[in-house]
Amino acid sequence: MFKIVEKKVLGQDIKLFKIEAPDISKKAKPGMFVIVKIGEKGERIPLTINDFDPQKGTVTIVFQEVGKTTMMLGRLKGGDVIEDLVGPLGKPTEIENFGKVVCVGGGVGTAVIYPVTRGLFQAGNQIIGIVGARNKDLLIFEEEMKDFCHRLIITTDDGSKGHHGLVTDVLKQILAEEKIDRVIAIGPTIMMKFVVKTTQPFGIPTIVSLNSIMIDATGMCGVCRVNVGNETKFACVHGPEFDGHKVDFDLLMSRLNQYKEEEKIALTTL
Amino acid sequence: MEDKEKKPKRKIVPNKTKMPEQPPLERVKNFKEVPLGYSEDQAVEEATRCIQCKNRPCIEGCPVEIDIPDFIALIAERKFVEAARKMKEKNALPAVCGRVCPQEVQCESKCTLGKKNEPVAIGRLERFIADWERENKMVQTPSRPAPRGKKVAVVGSGPAGLTVAADLAKLGFGVTIFEALHKAGGVLVYGIPEFRLPKAIVQAEVDYVKSLGAELVTNAVIGNLYTIPELFNNGYDAVFIGIGAGGPMFMDIPGENLNGVYSANEFLTRSNLMKAYLFPEYDTPIKRSRNVAVVGGGNVAMDSARTALRLGADAVYLVYRRSREEMPARAEEVHHAEEEGLIFKFLTNPIRIVGDEKGNVKGMECLRMELGEPDASGRRRPIAVKGSEFIIDIDTLIMSLGTNANPLLPQSTPGLALNKWGYIVADEENAATSLQGVYAGGDIVTGGATVILAMGAGRKAAREIAKYLS
Repeated sequence: MFKIVEKKVLGQDIKLFKIEAPDISKKAKPGMFVIVKIGEKGERIPLTINDFDPQKGTVTIVFQEVGKTTMMLGRLKGGDVIEDLVGPLGKPTEIENFGKVVCVGGGVGTAVIYPVTRGLFQAGNQIIGIVGARNKDLLIFEEEMKDFCHRLIITTDDGSKGHHGLVTDVLKQILAEEKIDRVIAIGPTIMMKFVVKTTQPFGIPTIVSLNSIMIDATGMCGVCRVNVGNETKFACVHGPEFDGHKVDFDLLMSRLNQYKEEEKIALTTL
Repeated sequence: MEDKEKKPKRKIVPNKTKMPEQPPLERVKNFKEVPLGYSEDQAVEEATRCIQCKNRPCIEGCPVEIDIPDFIALIAERKFVEAARKMKEKNALPAVCGRVCPQEVQCESKCTLGKKNEPVAIGRLERFIADWERENKMVQTPSRPAPRGKKVAVVGSGPAGLTVAADLAKLGFGVTIFEALHKAGGVLVYGIPEFRLPKAIVQAEVDYVKSLGAELVTNAVIGNLYTIPELFNNGYDAVFIGIGAGGPMFMDIPGENLNGVYSANEFLTRSNLMKAYLFPEYDTPIKRSRNVAVVGGGNVAMDSARTALRLGADAVYLVYRRSREEMPARAEEVHHAEEEGLIFKFLTNPIRIVGDEKGNVKGMECLRMELGEPDASGRRRPIAVKGSEFIIDIDTLIMSLGTNANPLLPQSTPGLALNKWGYIVADEENAATSLQGVYAGGDIVTGGATVILAMGAGRKAAREIAKYLS
């Protein structure tokens, strides 16, 4: 049993839980994830860790309500408990002084790029942050990102705040003007796919975090398999971060959609 | 001919007492257990078949050395409580073993009666007595011995881990079982289907082990949450690693990442652990398919195929590159699957999986094979027949090709010796690894094997750990 010590509503359907999990908090690092399961009949879903505090013994997750499990999760209140929380899982982000790094966060992925950005900042990198969302109500972690970015650019699809357009527009311009050593992009699969397409001509190493379907998340079931450099990898244990230039994003998107019909049926039982 | 009055010697009954089971056409529509178990009278009738021979060879055939003739004699005398106690002296999980052990190559293969007739149905009697004890609420926890002041961490709550935990708890050691999943039981809960091993029974046996004094911590991935060196720092005096075989194998042929291609591990975990066969009552989905192929010839392949049939598939094919004789699955499982309508495609080897424009499986291209000379395994080597390509129309494919060692824990354990396949090197006799105080057993040492062999390894490890800590 893991107690939710704090709940915040960050934006439309986006919620933050700070959860009491002392042992996980001690081992968590940027880029790692947890498995969450609620109730006897619940499914196991992976959520990348947003923050962790080994002193207070907490782990923070941020999620968007998109399916039955995240909606049920969203109904929990501060003080409620989550039955099962497993982690920290996956490999942590590779953090060293690369030089000048662009950190791109899209939608709820910004919550996950945040600790990565902080880690890279603390390792001495020059950081340019790009945070994108569909509209200003969906923008999250803007203030927190400012603390660890030498420069932060906001984009919205509808122009309600910052640059009117996509993160890739801004990224392209930066890449054309300055020498960038590394790009890290975490957000919707389609965004990561186009970030990688943008950096490809410049030959800049680009790391992405893949949000595959998972069950055990310890390398046992293989549902999270992804094609990276023409090799099958398990996102749960070999990732979730990979060299974006080698990832087959179309396959990933197809695999993410494989239970679309069942997801609709599940929603009717809410 | 018969003269019971003059000759007190018992007449040999040549055949096993039949165990009733659900008829195939009925059971293929549900997930309830297939064999229904003996009644008291049937069990007594079967127990009476045992001739109580002097040399008791059956015990040698049992990896956990149950005093088989003794518990059978007690059943014959209708002393069911005593029979159950007798069995539990040596086996903490009899309801599991009575169901899933391959008795035909173990205890029953050594039975004296079996030389000329059918052996005593030891497995069925084991199951009967365990079920009888549980159903009549006669399960008793032995009194706890004085604590020894030493703690043991057991990593993995499958058959090996549960056995180690039970044995050491009974001796008075403090035991904590760490389980990565949210439920204890390992392969007994994620792998073996409900219709072969009801999960309520596994739960009851896990509860029994806990009642002996073992503590259970779920959601604990050792290697990530705590490493083995950290367990020692946290006050454990010895560690047993029984984490199972781990990861799924694929064939490395085109199309394996198409939607609708499952590893047997995934398919069974969805259905068994996550109860996807009850979707949408349970949240985890599983595809309800029309035509399913299962590739492989072991027990896991049979479990997958029989699960697919129960999920309502029109046709389920078992694709195996050798012939029926070479199949590693238990004859009983093959027989049950065949009764339920499984279609066998022997001497058939997949070479490519075909997908539609949406990335879903729609077929599997195969080659026909023929058997050549025996290979290293002693089985005749399958050789492809040139130009024999053909396509099987399917919408789901389950790869049941065995497993490989999960590196998660070994990677985080400096100095733990592994063999070239990544399995932990442990002494066959005493389960000791290359690290002092660290023992290992079950599939993570042997590669994929059986429940009872893992339990046998657990028994040996417990004995050694007790010695080490005394």
